[in-house]
Order: sequence, then C-alpha cells, then structure tokens
Amino acid sequence: MINSLFNWLGQYVMSFIEELGEMVSLALQTLKSVFSRKFDITLIFDQMKRIGYDSLQVALVTILFVGMVFAIQIAYEFVKFGANKVVGGVVGIAIARELAPLLTGVVLAGRVGASIAAELGTMKVTQQIDALRSMGTSPIRYLVLPRFVAAALMLPALTILADVVGFLGGYAVAVWLVGISSSDFINSVDSFLKMSDVVGGLLKTVVFGMIIATVACYKGMRAKGGAKGVGEATTVSVVISLITIFVVNYFMSVMLFR
Amino acid sequence: MIKIRKLKQYFDQNKVLDGIDLDVEEAKTLAIIGPSGCGKSTLLRLILELDRPTAGSIFVDGAEVTKLSEDQLFPIRQKMGMIFQSSALFDSMTVGENVGFALKQHTKLSDAEIKKKVDEKLELVDLSGTDDLMPSELSGGMQKRIGLARALALDPKIILYDEPTTGLDPITSLSIETLINRLAGHLKVTSILVTHQLSTIFRTASRVVMLHEGKLIEGGTVADVRNTSNKILKEFIAAGLIE
Repeated sequence: MINSLFNWLGQYVMSFIEELGEMVSLALQTLKSVFSRKFDITLIFDQMKRIGYDSLQVALVTILFVGMVFAIQIAYEFVKFGANKVVGGVVGIAIARELAPLLTGVVLAGRVGASIAAELGTMKVTQQIDALRSMGTSPIRYLVLPRFVAAALMLPALTILADVVGFLGGYAVAVWLVGISSSDFINSVDSFLKMSDVVGGLLKTVVFGMIIATVACYKGMRAKGGAKGVGEATTVSVVISLITIFVVNYFMSVMLFR
Repeated sequence: MIKIRKLKQYFDQNKVLDGIDLDVEEAKTLAIIGPSGCGKSTLLRLILELDRPTAGSIFVDGAEVTKLSEDQLFPIRQKMGMIFQSSALFDSMTVGENVGFALKQHTKLSDAEIKKKVDEKLELVDLSGTDDLMPSELSGGMQKRIGLARALALDPKIILYDEPTTGLDPITSLSIETLINRLAGHLKVTSILVTHQLSTIFRTASRVVMLHEGKLIEGGTVADVRNTSNKILKEFIAAGLIE
C-alpha cells in the first residue's frame, strides 16, 4: 500500500518535472525565434487583436466591479477609524500592484488560454500541425511565436486600461457612495502610489502573458484522442495557467514590492 | 533517392517496424501495401521525420535525415510533399490559401505570382475555380485532391501518399491515380504510395513491397505481384481481389 503510494507519487513528480522542463524549453525556443527575427509580423498583429482587443470588454468589466467592491470593503472600515485620507492610496496601490495585473491575467488565462489550447489541439488531432511541419514550416515560428509575443505585449496594454478603469470604479464608490471627499482621495493616491507600483504590476503581466501562451500552446500541440483530448487539453491548460499565475504572482510581488 | 537502413520503430513492446531496409529509386512509384495498422503510415511519417525512429537510418537525397534537428529538417521537407489520409487541410483557410501556403512561407513570390501558381495547381487536380471555398465545403475526394495540389505547390521531387484513394468512389480514385502517373511520368517525381487499394496499386506502382509483422516482403513489379509465389503476399492480393 505504502509502496504503491510512493510509486504513484514518484511518477507524478517525475511527469510534472518533465512537463515543466518541456514547457520551459518551448518558451526558450520561442524566445530564440523572436531574436532570430524569422517570423511574420502580420501574424503577431492578428493575434494581438484576438488576445488584446477581443478581451477588452471582459477584462475591463471585471476590474471595474472588483475596484468598486474593493473600495466598498475598505472605505467604510477606514472611515470608522477616521482614516479617510488613506483610502485613495490603498485603492490605488491595490489596483496597480495586484488587482489589475492578477485579474487581467486570470481573465485572459480563461478566455485566451482556452481558445489557444482548443485551436492548436484541434489542429493537432486533425494532423494540421503535421501538415505544417511536412511543408517545412516550423509550428513554433508559425503558431507559438505570434501568440507568445502578442500575449506578452497585450497583457500589459490591457492592464494599463484595467488600472484606469479599476481606479475610476474605486473612486466612484469611495466618493459618491461612501462620501470621502474627492480631494482627499486624489491627494491620498498622489502621496501613496508610486510609478514603480504601476511598472511592477505591468512587469508581472508580461510574465503572465508568456505563461498563458506557453502553457496553452504546449497543451494544445500535445492534445491527442479527438474531441475529448482537445477538451482535456483546454481544461488542463487553463488550470495550469491559473495556478502558475498565482504562484508566480506571489514570488514576483515579494521581489518587486518588498 | 531514398535509402532506409535497419529501421526500427517500437511503441512500448509493439515492434511496428523491425529492421527495415529499403531503396526507393528516382522517378519511380513505390507502393507499400499491408493490412491496416501494420505500420505503413508510420513508415511515411518516419521518412518525413515527423516522428523519430527507435533505431536505424533514413537518407533522403544523400542527407541522413534521422540525424538532423527539427530546424535542419525544414529545408529538406520543402523538397517533399505529403498527402495525408485525412487530407489535413487548414480548416480556417480557403482552398487558395491552403494551396498557396508553402509558396507564401518559403518563396519571395508576389501575391499575383502566388495566385497564378495556385491556379496552375488547382487546374492540375481538376479543381479550377475552387480557391475561394473553405475545405468544409468540399467533398472527401475534392479535399484529397486539394491536399495533393497543396503538396505540389513547391514542385517537390518526392511525394508521399498516405491512402490517397481510400474511401473514394471509383471515378475519383481513377482521377487521382491518373494524376499520380502523370506526376511520375512527366515531372519525374519519386513517389511512395501507402495503400491497401489494389486498383490503385495495379494502376500506379512501378514496384510493390508488403509490410508484414514489422518486416518488408519484396513484391517486385505489378506483374510479379500478380503471379507471386509468396504465401502471405498471395493471400493479401487474393483477399483484395475478392473485395
């Protein structure tokens, strides 16, 4: 019983390390292709639209309401202690450092990660990726690189907008609902929030974008077993991306904002 | 043109290919026959190095492809064309984009020149005027012919056919077989054809080999195959003729 448990655990750990190694290798090969400049820029623009512009609505609505609810939670409590003049700063810092980057990452891991894994998974099980390779075209350059670059660029772009929208949501609730004065809120933001908070948050999203694209492409290109296999690849891709984003977010926050 | 030496492909304990030696001559059509699941398609995938063999060597045009990296293989694959059993057309692209894909990726031709080439290839497979259609709007036979047109885009010296006529009606099969012969005859293309359709073998092959339990059985020419004394080959041909 204990033997078989250790066996299972050993196999699980080994396959986890193997997959992790292959994903890192895929990301490195993609980066190498980026620097070799042998890619089609129009494919990147196409993916930027799909990953960035098409995700705008869901990302901004999410962060608007999270910014508003966060302001409600803290503003009433802070007012009780007479700390009206720090609410703006706390909202600003929370949104710039954590909420906007993390939620944009989470939303895109679901929307974009699933879409990439399903698309590439379908191409894999219908031999379209084999056809690509048989014609002398690298799937890394043609399929992975445009998604990887587009995700790494569009996540920070979306996060800048999410910062603004989330902040405005927090402002609206704090000023119009809770009754904190507009000048207190703005002055508080001005004295607490630094440019490094915003830049640190954006830096995290570049990494999140790379994670989402790498995991989704990896899982998609290894899908097997028809429609069921594509479904599994899609689900696993989203789950791995989400967990990785949460873990990486913690360590990057420790490094960037200590 | 293609040399295969001591090629082995094992999947766990299953010896799909167990030490195969094979030479394919230039401008000839080699048919590889055998029952379903015997490793015919696996052999084609190994020649293109879409999969890596367990052991052995494959030489294409003098280059030992089994020793090349994926990046080194891309220029060699551009000299080869493959027709997949499932056609494997890019389903988000039109027929024209499918056929012109390799030209766009690997040549510096203008859009107008690519369009002209695409039209030529579509005419070759008798499907002129279909360039704006999506693959899902085509029948199975038409998809196979578009797959052939796409494989011909870069004028390859070698074409690998994976079950090109399986599941098609006799008329469509005949048109594909005629095309295979035309490519071998006029354009001196070297072809490897994997199939268990006897009609296709008899109409196109210049040499036949059979895959049986991981080993190759030499069949010789189509005439030799018809009169073979090899028991296994004889049984396979007889069963195919009854079908």
